[in-house]
Amino acid sequence: MNKIIKYVLLDIIKSKIIIAYTVFLLLLSIGLFNLGGSPDKGILSLLNLVLLTVPLISIVFATTHFYNSYEFIELMVAQPINRKKIFMSEYLGVAFSLSAAFIVGVGIPVIIFSSGLTGFYLVLTGVFITFIFVAMAFLASVITRDKAKGIGIALLLWFYFALIYDGIVLFILYAFSDYPLEYATLAMTALNPIDLGRIIVLLNLDVSALMGYTGALYKSIFGSVWGMATAFGLLLLWVLIPVLSSRRIFARRDL
Amino acid sequence: MHKSYGKLQVLRDVSVEFGTGKVVSIIGPNGAGKTTMSKCILGMVLPDSGDIQINGQSVLKKYAYRSQIGYMPQIGKYPENMKIRQVIEMIRDIRKKEKDVDEELIGLYALEEIYDKRMGALSGGTKQKVSAALAFMFNPPILILDEPTAGLDPIAAEILKAKILKEKKRGKLILITSHIMSEIEEVSDEVLCLVDGSIKFYESIVELKAHTQEDRLSRAVAKIMNEGYHP
Repeated sequence: MNKIIKYVLLDIIKSKIIIAYTVFLLLLSIGLFNLGGSPDKGILSLLNLVLLTVPLISIVFATTHFYNSYEFIELMVAQPINRKKIFMSEYLGVAFSLSAAFIVGVGIPVIIFSSGLTGFYLVLTGVFITFIFVAMAFLASVITRDKAKGIGIALLLWFYFALIYDGIVLFILYAFSDYPLEYATLAMTALNPIDLGRIIVLLNLDVSALMGYTGALYKSIFGSVWGMATAFGLLLLWVLIPVLSSRRIFARRDL
Repeated sequence: MHKSYGKLQVLRDVSVEFGTGKVVSIIGPNGAGKTTMSKCILGMVLPDSGDIQINGQSVLKKYAYRSQIGYMPQIGKYPENMKIRQVIEMIRDIRKKEKDVDEELIGLYALEEIYDKRMGALSGGTKQKVSAALAFMFNPPILILDEPTAGLDPIAAEILKAKILKEKKRGKLILITSHIMSEIEEVSDEVLCLVDGSIKFYESIVELKAHTQEDRLSRAVAKIMNEGYHP
């Protein structure tokens, strides 16, 4: 398996997109830290931009990569190699390279300008988000053979998690504002990895004091070590469910 | 075995057994299920029902058995920005455990001279040469060649035919799908004919000619196709 990952990585590095992505993240982070004044403000604006762009780039890059490696996959499938191994090598190759770009592009500026627990959570969340959206991209790619359709599904997934979902949550909160919704919002947060990531980082900043009752509830739940472990456990589930289901589909599909 | 893509039935209850040391040609009209059949044997396409066995062992959902099969696809698809050298070295690297490497075709096709060309820049025929070299490389006891000579120049095709006959003598089973009757007559012992996903006939060339009282394979096959099969 390591050998196949090696060839997947070589292929990705050759395309240079990953280097452009690293540079983009570096410029973004350094720029925001210099603009914001206080490091906390820098982290906050970085968080919002990261949660919008990282899922988008991860999902689009991974989907196009999967379709472009179809020839490679076909070549491998005729060799005595387990299909699941081929699939996992592709997944890990893409997820590792995008995460490496993120760690270099965001991690290094964070260490320079605002090293601390919050910065660490921001980087960790970003890595998780990368793994999650690469997994979703692969799920979209194994569902359909058609490249255009696959990218369409991938973009729709991003649109849903990054924009539509928040709209739905706001609508529910507004419509049922007469009822106590603290626990319901908590559950709704768990159903969207981007929101989950946002809460994890926000609660480590002082701004959480501004979030009212729900914020206080979140703080009491996520503030503890156990709460944080649960939150990251949920993120891990968000990685595993799409990866394992797409691996299963891929292993039983005609090529 | 049985296989359908949606409503289209590609293979209907195909049941057949091949012996070693033979060259078997699979013929049939376009879309008769020839390629699907070879892809099923390779595990690239999974049959809906039925079983595929090699040496008495089922190979469905397994993968290690593929080290015993050399496959030359109809249209070889390779990562476009890899060089010939990289592709060959990659496959060799991945199958490092197998020591018995046969590089005869790489030499005969003089692939080393164009080792640094990108796969994307190769013509169809050169890609076929690479496919052939890869298929024979690990000395597999079973070879599946999907329209091997389509796209090859006459000299390259002759080299391949000689190689096929040589490997046959070493006791290998070679399955060829092809449309070129004269070629089939030259290299193969038996002919399996698929029509609409089921077996029309499976006979040795000698028997076929005797039945139909024709001395050329193409006529014999045409006769059977037109008149229906009466064994």
